[in-house]
Amino acid sequence: MLKELIYPFDPNYILENKRKLKKQLLEDSNSFVEKKIAILGGSTTSAIRQMMELFLLNNGIKPSFYESEYNKFYEDAMFDNEELKNFAPDIIYICTTNRNITKYPDLNSDVDALLNNEYEKYNGIWKSLKEKYNCPVIQNNFELPYYRLMGNKDASDIHGKVNFISRLNMLFYEYAQNNENFYICDINYISADYGLKKWSDPFYFHMYKYAMNVNAIPYLSFNVANIIKSIFGKNKKGFVLDLDNTLWGGVIGDDGVEGIKVGPEEPEGQVYSEFQRYLKEHKQLGVILNIDSKNEYENAIAGLKHPDSELSEDDFVEIKANWEPKDRNFEQIAKDINLLPESLVFVDDNPAERHIVTEQLKGVVAPELDSVEHYIEYIDRNGFFEVTTLSNDDLKRNEMYKQNAERAKAEASFSNYKDYLLSLKMKGIIKPFEPLYIERISQLSNKSNQYNLTTRRYTVSDIEKIAEDDNYITLYGKLIDRFGDNGLVSVVIGHIIEDKCHIDLWIMSCRVLKRDLEYAMMDELVKKCKERNIREIRGYYYPTAKNAMVKDFYSLQGFSKISEDEKGNSEWSYVIEDDYKLKNEVIEVED
Amino acid sequence: MTREEVMKKLNEIFCNVFDDESIVLKDETNANDIEDWDSLEQINLIVAIENEFEMMFDMAEVSDLANVGEMADLIMSKL
Repeated sequence: MLKELIYPFDPNYILENKRKLKKQLLEDSNSFVEKKIAILGGSTTSAIRQMMELFLLNNGIKPSFYESEYNKFYEDAMFDNEELKNFAPDIIYICTTNRNITKYPDLNSDVDALLNNEYEKYNGIWKSLKEKYNCPVIQNNFELPYYRLMGNKDASDIHGKVNFISRLNMLFYEYAQNNENFYICDINYISADYGLKKWSDPFYFHMYKYAMNVNAIPYLSFNVANIIKSIFGKNKKGFVLDLDNTLWGGVIGDDGVEGIKVGPEEPEGQVYSEFQRYLKEHKQLGVILNIDSKNEYENAIAGLKHPDSELSEDDFVEIKANWEPKDRNFEQIAKDINLLPESLVFVDDNPAERHIVTEQLKGVVAPELDSVEHYIEYIDRNGFFEVTTLSNDDLKRNEMYKQNAERAKAEASFSNYKDYLLSLKMKGIIKPFEPLYIERISQLSNKSNQYNLTTRRYTVSDIEKIAEDDNYITLYGKLIDRFGDNGLVSVVIGHIIEDKCHIDLWIMSCRVLKRDLEYAMMDELVKKCKERNIREIRGYYYPTAKNAMVKDFYSLQGFSKISEDEKGNSEWSYVIEDDYKLKNEVIEVED
Repeated sequence: MTREEVMKKLNEIFCNVFDDESIVLKDETNANDIEDWDSLEQINLIVAIENEFEMMFDMAEVSDLANVGEMADLIMSKL
């Protein structure tokens, strides 16, 4: 990732050097996912597009764009548009602002009617887009107006522009709460954060037809790119945190527990407490916390036991406190919890440590922390964990990683691995896709990189379509054991073409590696094939930088290789015999 | 700042915006001389120039700039 594009960035530098930055991004990596993004704008969007491109490339997404003619968002959405149809967008971004509000109320208006008219216009757009393109839609809300005719009363009186915009925004949010695949880009917050007066400088609209200050565009595009990367499963998953001068002030090895600064006694301690609370809040989003600190282990724990510490030992999944190089600890943490290093954010006040970690582990981000009162800003504004969908699994993730650690301990007490698996008393639920799980299934298809045979990505609407299509065999797998519920952790999509079942997708969450769930899934797939009189299954393995762990997957399942090209893409065949013997012996699968 | 220094800075900005080190500005250089210089890039140029010279132009000033020379004169007048 380019440092220039990580918050706090220099918007002027990015605007001026966009061509150079783009070149650099394209040279730095060759593993991009390609996405088609339609920008339907209510004002000039050229620079918004250019900036989005940079931030998306920085997140491993290579966009191609469709851009409306000037202020043609309504026409493009409502009427048939050959060009947009052929473009077939993966995502649509409706970039409207308060410059697009058709009519504000005056003192004689029927305000509710006006409000309804304005809302219905957008509601019509969203409906039409869903019908025509059925892809995720990102919609700007409205920023506050540039002036207030009634002064402060503009906020509370229904005739005020401030009041009107606030109510309109609330209607947008209601729609967002009730419709999947619809996301609000909160320009109301972004403009306030930037400074409304500067953001709304009328010069840029009258001169160039930009609805906001051109210098603010990097911030807007950064936010839109964050929503997009989140939708496509490119969020970060956790923190790796330093201790001294990061979670508390001072050096515990030198100052002792009583000497470190945390808690309400003095200003510096208060700021560290606030930062600790901020980190702790992430746990409810399923973001996991780990420690990577150069300290004696006992000292680290003693610090976390400080009576005023908001975070305690229990809040962390992995605690590495030793004198090893930080990058090695970091790598080990990622390995222990089955995540890729680049999905963890490194938080350390020491620039030298940040340097070694980001140099040694490609793709790891380490925000530039300076003074503790900026820690929250510099982490939060980066949108590492931008939430687009909140699944139950996210909410329980910390719990699950903890359970994994307990399982690892249990495993150590068995000499025979199968005995260990039996002792887990696993129960599996393996069934065709159900509406309740569509969101999670799509999420898993976008997040799984390692245990993923074909690395195909599916949006919620893709999954909906497949679930209803009789030409597909779909299976999801949930796994429960005596330590807890792992949730929905595996997905298989088989495409029936004539007399064969072609496996388009086979993925599994790494949190249930080596539990034989893949065999239980295979048993179920075979059963479904038999029911349809299908006697042959074809499997495909497409190697990527991340999925080497499933290179021999089909061979282990008893498939035979039919072909392999020079890139390592291989095709496998499995002929179902009448006396197929169940492969899974350790999971009790519910009927 | 002398007019030569202003031109030199302008030249750097143009090189960055168009990512082209070979650009050499003259007073009479205008949008016809640089391939990617369209009305949208014009906006990016103005914004970059404002940021570099730490000044703001008003609408009347940027509306009828004919070439780089006039831009340099405008900057000189505001220094």
